[in-house]
Amino acid sequence: MTRETWINAALALGLLAVPLWAWVADEPFTITLATKVAILALAGVGLNIALGLGGLVSLGHAAFFGLGGYAMGILAAHAQNYTPLMEWPLVVEGTKSMPVIWLVAVIVSALTALLIGALSLRTSGVYFIMITLAFGQMLYYFAISWPAYGGEDGLSIYVRNGFPGLNTLDPIQFFAICYVLLILALAFSARLARSPFGLALNAARQSPQRVETVGISPYRLRLLAFVISGAITGLAGALFADLNRFVSPSMFSWQTSGEIMVFIILGGTARLFGPVAGAALFIFLEQALGGLSEYWHVHLGLLLLAVVLFARGGIIGTLAGQGARND
Amino acid sequence: MTEPVLSIRNITKMFGALAASDNVSLDLMPGEIHALIGPNGAGKSTLIQQISGGLTPDAGSVHFLGRDVTGLDTVARARLGLGRTFQISALAMEDTVLQNAMLGALGAKGRPFSILRPIMRDKGLRQVAEAALDRMGLSTHHNTVTGELSHGQRRQLEVAVALTLSPRAFLMDEPMAGLGTSGTHDLTAILSNLRHEAPILLVEHDMDAVFALADRISVLDYGRIIATGTVDEIRAHPDVRRAYLGEET
Ligand SMILES: Nc1ncnc2c1ncn2[C@@H]1O[C@H](COP(=O)(O)OP(=O)(O)OP(=O)(O)O)[C@@H](O)[C@H]1O
Ligand SMILES: [Mg+2]
Repeated sequence: MTRETWINAALALGLLAVPLWAWVADEPFTITLATKVAILALAGVGLNIALGLGGLVSLGHAAFFGLGGYAMGILAAHAQNYTPLMEWPLVVEGTKSMPVIWLVAVIVSALTALLIGALSLRTSGVYFIMITLAFGQMLYYFAISWPAYGGEDGLSIYVRNGFPGLNTLDPIQFFAICYVLLILALAFSARLARSPFGLALNAARQSPQRVETVGISPYRLRLLAFVISGAITGLAGALFADLNRFVSPSMFSWQTSGEIMVFIILGGTARLFGPVAGAALFIFLEQALGGLSEYWHVHLGLLLLAVVLFARGGIIGTLAGQGARND
Repeated sequence: MTEPVLSIRNITKMFGALAASDNVSLDLMPGEIHALIGPNGAGKSTLIQQISGGLTPDAGSVHFLGRDVTGLDTVARARLGLGRTFQISALAMEDTVLQNAMLGALGAKGRPFSILRPIMRDKGLRQVAEAALDRMGLSTHHNTVTGELSHGQRRQLEVAVALTLSPRAFLMDEPMAGLGTSGTHDLTAILSNLRHEAPILLVEHDMDAVFALADRISVLDYGRIIATGTVDEIRAHPDVRRAYLGEET
């Protein structure tokens, strides 16, 4: 096992051990924080496929996070008000079932990523960043100006959605759901990096000419990466909404996109567990520094600058050293 | 009568007022090495780019295997069987040598959008990749990170990746550059055999290699072909001696 594998295992176990300890010690708030880490890490795992493997600097991933959130909010709101989602051409009811909500969140995010990707991947560099940002902002303003679903105030869901056989209101059980989904996404992401698609996508990031010359379209590789990436981030959005039992347009804001990217840069771009390390540090700092000063984002900014300047591989890269990413 | 594998007709490409290609016509026949020589800036790489699909000519056409491919992009031309090496190495520098060769095998013979099976365990593709690396003398470097290869080894890897494609024609832009004496000697032998698998359009500055390998030579000067002929004809051609060989003899 490489050093990075050990670090990854330690992170996976650590993220499990903290809430288990908190459960025994009856500290539900700590469990909630760990759940938040797992969900935000999941959003980061999604973005990392586009950003780390594909080299696609998307500042619009809040679009998918928000869509996942609103998929949950809209379906659950209709279910709790006993009003159908639509009546024509066929009757569609809301739902309080997590698996159904996840499926809808993933499909809506994937389709939107296909649309946004198809348009924005025609550009690259700064233009790509700006176009993804613009799409995210478009959805943000759309959510604000749509009164049927709370507009600026957002939507509250009174009771957390259900999962067959589990009591999702129990913090440790909801944590377990999020944790398992995170581990599954990590396993999927690891496999993806080793797959033919992963090899080609990673090569397209390094030398698009090379990939074209062997007869593979970098555009199509990136589009698929963007769709997979958006779908995973959308799933995280649905979980995040369920954690808070609340969705608001802020899930679509560019700050959300920025934060997801911060997890990756802090943890280590293109490192499998980078988003986990980054999200954990982010939440830790938010708790530790947020209490001390309202301006903790300034401290975070300085830390980020230090990482970008002096520790390009982020936390994982600094601890594990350079390593071949896929063998 | 045999048909040319590759047929370039009246290609013109302007960069502002500069004619990088000036009414260029050229054929690549089955089984031949057709060398393209000319001084620096003559427009050799620009021509290769237009044949491979990276640049669109302002006028003229490219036919490959009897098909007009002028409107096709690089990916489509590669899939039809155009195998190309770059003057400035275009490789995945963070990946290993074997991974770069696997990419070629994947593009030509695999399914690049498959997302679950680990590619390095694909025996079929691995055989193709390893055979190409063996042939280019890179078999002891499978796990070397490409960025750590010497300049000459990168050139060899460029050719190895082109081999994994089993193309119907090769376009090689200065494959010998930076290889050193023994490297040039080895690659000369390899290319000499390779012409029987697929013809080669070879851009090369090393005149010894060109004279040893070429069945025909075309001389490019200021974007124009000033002569096409056998090695002996080109050696004797007065314009060629003045424009190009004159610098060396
Ligand atoms: N994208 C471009 N824009 C403008 N001018 C260009 C461009 N690419 C090449 N040129 C010019 O076109 C001419 C031909 O360049 P090209 O690279 O094809 O020459 P070459 O024959 O390959 O030279 P060398 O032997 O140095 O590789 C040069 O004068 C070059 O400066
Ligand atoms: Mg050149």
